[in-house]
Amino acid sequence: MHAPDGFLTISTAVATGAISAGTLGATMRRTRSTLEDRYIPLAGLTAAFVFAAQMFNFPVAAGTTGHLLGGALAAVLLGPSVGALVVTVVVVVQALAFADGGLTALGYNILNMAIVPAFGGFAVYRLFRRLVPRSVPGVAAAAGLAGGTSVVLSSMAFSLEWLFGATTPVAFDTVFGAMVGVHAIIGIGEGVITALAVASVLAARPDIVYGAQDLTPTRAGDARPVRFRTFALAAVLVTFVTAMVVSQFAAGDPDGLERVAIDQGFASSAEDHLLDGFLFADYATDGIDNETVSLAVAGAAGTAITLAVGWGLVVALRDRPSSHSPLRSER
Amino acid sequence: MGAGHGHALYVHEHSPLHRMAPEAKLAAAFGIVVAVAVSPRHAVWAFACFAVMLGVIAATARLPARFVLARMAAVLPFILFAFLIPFVAGGERVDVVGIAVSREGLWGMWNVIAKATLGVTVSILLAATTEIPDILRGLERLRAPRAMTAIAGFMVRYLEIVAAELGRMRTAMKARGYDPRWLWQAKPVAASLGSMFVRSYERGERVHAAMVSRGFTGSIPDLRTRRATSRDWTAAALVSAVAVAVALVALVTT
Repeated sequence: MHAPDGFLTISTAVATGAISAGTLGATMRRTRSTLEDRYIPLAGLTAAFVFAAQMFNFPVAAGTTGHLLGGALAAVLLGPSVGALVVTVVVVVQALAFADGGLTALGYNILNMAIVPAFGGFAVYRLFRRLVPRSVPGVAAAAGLAGGTSVVLSSMAFSLEWLFGATTPVAFDTVFGAMVGVHAIIGIGEGVITALAVASVLAARPDIVYGAQDLTPTRAGDARPVRFRTFALAAVLVTFVTAMVVSQFAAGDPDGLERVAIDQGFASSAEDHLLDGFLFADYATDGIDNETVSLAVAGAAGTAITLAVGWGLVVALRDRPSSHSPLRSER
Repeated sequence: MGAGHGHALYVHEHSPLHRMAPEAKLAAAFGIVVAVAVSPRHAVWAFACFAVMLGVIAATARLPARFVLARMAAVLPFILFAFLIPFVAGGERVDVVGIAVSREGLWGMWNVIAKATLGVTVSILLAATTEIPDILRGLERLRAPRAMTAIAGFMVRYLEIVAAELGRMRTAMKARGYDPRWLWQAKPVAASLGSMFVRSYERGERVHAAMVSRGFTGSIPDLRTRRATSRDWTAAALVSAVAVAVALVALVTT
């Protein structure tokens, strides 16, 4: 998952870097009052835990092993803001001190490995918590589903970045199929381990699990759920923005003007349509078998990721848990 | 593909590169990787220039070539992936030893291999000549958010302890005959991760309490590393300028 330098274009690296920095900046503003001075050792220790957990192999099949990515696990245990921050620290140190992942790739590596899994995973967790009973198995199941989904979400995020910034002529649909396919399988392992790990933490110290505060007797009671109106408004906004992006794709199909151009025979002089080079890398749209389906998939994936991460962010910024436990009072 | 962070890459030596202030070294490293990343793939000579440049820097740092080469294996999975590119890529076909592959795909393969290899070499040179606390200090002086560098500092300090504790758990499980082969046998592994989280968290609480009782008020004083002098910055600027100049010439001529 730690992409090296040169995998995506430099403009994609800059854009994803700006998104990552902006998201982290917004959440750090929220967590600053507690993190900056008082709970740094705690966050540091849990970062060491995530780092070590990534080295710890678990069995997959017939003796092969996989290792945890841990974004969703960190978000469920520590809350999405602190979880994203902690995994970001892990990714940055891996790049700088362990030469794992390129320095110019930090922007998309942080986005794909810390921000999308933590916020997207937490949104999925919250969603499933509404569907399962309020109990330890319910929390574990929701955490597991969030863990599995978070891996798929990150692979979708990588594929979308590929659409915008591929440096090699591999079509988007090939990359999307391969990435999501492989990560759906990886996600099963991630989900199982996340669920079991959360269950075992709940067995020992249910009070320190951020995502299960409602299970403990000293229930905070003032964790405000995101209201439906806010959610609906955000959803409309996201759909609108995505639609605008997708409309760039739609320009690839001949519209009225292009039809006329073709009829009049001067279309050949305008061979390069909007798809080529304007917003998307030439390479990623080179040789797509079925443009309409691929681009619809891209649009749907983009909407899903944006909705999940956006919702996770809203939840993170609005949560007001209060308790004796330090990381729970993120504000 | 991030498995196996056994220990850090630092190599103890006394070289100009080891003595260079970390913030200047970080700035130079970023300068070089950006120059590498923007260089067009068709300018093969530019990548040769970068390789020679990194070779000279490695020699200045007195790093054994074998060490650097062995550590470069970290990008091997991506290079294996890169070898697939010419086969799955679209576009015009050319014959290479009788197999039709994509011409653009070959260039794409070269692009990924060259940039990933050069990028990881820069990271290795940085990590091999700078101790982790110094890297964090350098980041802090380059205005990285303090909360992040402080968290990273604690992470680095306790990483070995946490990893060793996980290792002992694994040894204990093995000693009791646990040898899992399938995912449905993973429960003990996950449970040990869960209890490791609780231990880390509680250790964090204890460390914090201990620090507060010794007068910790939120920031850790900067005692160790010397600050960058104008000589450090000149060296960093010089190295970056050479790299950027190579990239610019490559961009203009291609």
